Amino acid sequence: MILPPSTIESQKAAPASTQEPGWVKWLLIGVAGLFAAVFLLLPLINVFVQAFSSGVGAYWQALRDKDTVSAIELTLLVAGISVPMNVVFGVAASWAIAKFEFRGKAVLLTFIDLPFSVSPVVAGLMFVLLCGVNGLMGPWLQAHHIKIIFAVPGIVLATIFVTFPFVARELIPIMEDQGREQEEAALTLGAGGWQTFWHVSLPSVKWGMLYGIILCNARAMGEFGAVSVVSGRITGLTDTLPLRVEKLFNSFDPAAPFAVATLLALLALVTLGLKTFLEWKSRGEEGPG
Amino acid sequence: MNHYRGPARSNPLPGFGLTLGFTVLYLSVIVLIPIAALALKALHLSWQELWRLATNPRALAAYELSLGAALVAALLNAGFGSLLAWVLVRYRFPGRRLLDGLIDFPFALPTAVAGLTLADLFSAHGWLGRFLVPMGFQGAYTRLGVVLALTFVGLPFSVRTLQPLLENLDKGVEEAAAMLGAGRRRTFVSVIAPTLLPAVLTGFGLAFARGLGEYGSIVFISGNLPRTEIAPTLVVARLENGDYTGAIGVALVLMVFSFVLLFTLNWLQGWSSKFQRP
Repeated sequence: MILPPSTIESQKAAPASTQEPGWVKWLLIGVAGLFAAVFLLLPLINVFVQAFSSGVGAYWQALRDKDTVSAIELTLLVAGISVPMNVVFGVAASWAIAKFEFRGKAVLLTFIDLPFSVSPVVAGLMFVLLCGVNGLMGPWLQAHHIKIIFAVPGIVLATIFVTFPFVARELIPIMEDQGREQEEAALTLGAGGWQTFWHVSLPSVKWGMLYGIILCNARAMGEFGAVSVVSGRITGLTDTLPLRVEKLFNSFDPAAPFAVATLLALLALVTLGLKTFLEWKSRGEEGPG
Repeated sequence: MNHYRGPARSNPLPGFGLTLGFTVLYLSVIVLIPIAALALKALHLSWQELWRLATNPRALAAYELSLGAALVAALLNAGFGSLLAWVLVRYRFPGRRLLDGLIDFPFALPTAVAGLTLADLFSAHGWLGRFLVPMGFQGAYTRLGVVLALTFVGLPFSVRTLQPLLENLDKGVEEAAAMLGAGRRRTFVSVIAPTLLPAVLTGFGLAFARGLGEYGSIVFISGNLPRTEIAPTLVVARLENGDYTGAIGVALVLMVFSFVLLFTLNWLQGWSSKFQRP
């Protein structure tokens, strides 16, 4: 962040006692930097170094393993279903909540936040109790030959649950800030409801929406607890990438779990990069001019 | 005759019924019905049996470690998180933007990878463990390891809760304190710290809640030992043994913990918003 010149002047002119002594300042920066380096940066570097500890050949072999490839495909499939679902929900929920007044809005908002305060493991358990063999809907599902638990649909449901609030929570405050004037103007000028939504409402929330999508996607691809409870961990069938990492971790091949973990670490880095870009982008558009 | 106008009077926007209907339907299918399933299953069970399984020694030990480790981790995060937020907001130094970006890393990194790499770093042959283990600091496959993992996953909460408050803090108040003769330390303790306290507590609560539910990273760093078993691990262990009743008992206790925390946090946020300038 570049401070305007006036701010820099005033900081220089400020009395010495609103600033810490120089040594205190650099000590604090040093401790904070060291903590971040050891606790945040080192784990990241370690993933890549350990992944290549048995050589580049072993790294590629671990990634080309057919069970790993199927885990990659499953992870992409699950995120590919659950993220768009939550986007549609996020748009619908934010439209209803931000543009209209109705009774029970506060309760609805609390319910939307609920998945964040439920342990992912408990979330998985809920779906087992609902759709599992001994679950409430178990007999009916079995009679109709529908398999949800220990199969892909269960993984998708559990993933949707844990990533449920991400997009909605980003969109609701932005839509509330924007009010209704622009949409009302568009309608007055003769635009239809869908037209107004596509050309007026959606473009003005697009950065916030993308922000929600990348956070939702990172969590969807990386979820462990909820997915591990409902997946049954059938190698090659219901192992997502994080579950594959655990299976390889227990297989005593030291480099293989790290090789698969590099894919998820790269996902995290791309997520952070995009997030920073979007923050910069939305800050730029908010500013004057 | 314009005395009465319907509720749509001030709002010509379409789609209210459709979007609210879809929202409620989707919320019900994904969130409310599964929660109801847990509640219904619990009601079918005998209360004595549920209580016995939720409070047997193994379960009590798991809650104790869950609460204790999450508490220590949240305290560590309140300390280091506040320091990081202060340094990021108040000082300009090379690498500040990198440090700022790095804070969100635990949010973005799947917890399985966090557990995997932390367990390796702190194990006897790891980069940190080879120095720390001889000194008696066993960071992998111990209760300490659980604390380390929970600290990692909770760190962003503390920093990101405090940062906006610090950015909006009125520097004039500090200048006034300084002009009235307060030293920098006095200004910090009596003027700055009390203003920040609600946000620090909120960040603490968020990190604590996150720690209570965490499972992914713990699987790797706890080494699956009885003495490192936390409540979510116990839920999974019982489920894998087909002990649904036992799993439900622990899950209900976890839900109670998180709802109590949720209400406390809501109250705290209401309290802390009083301290923020409009």
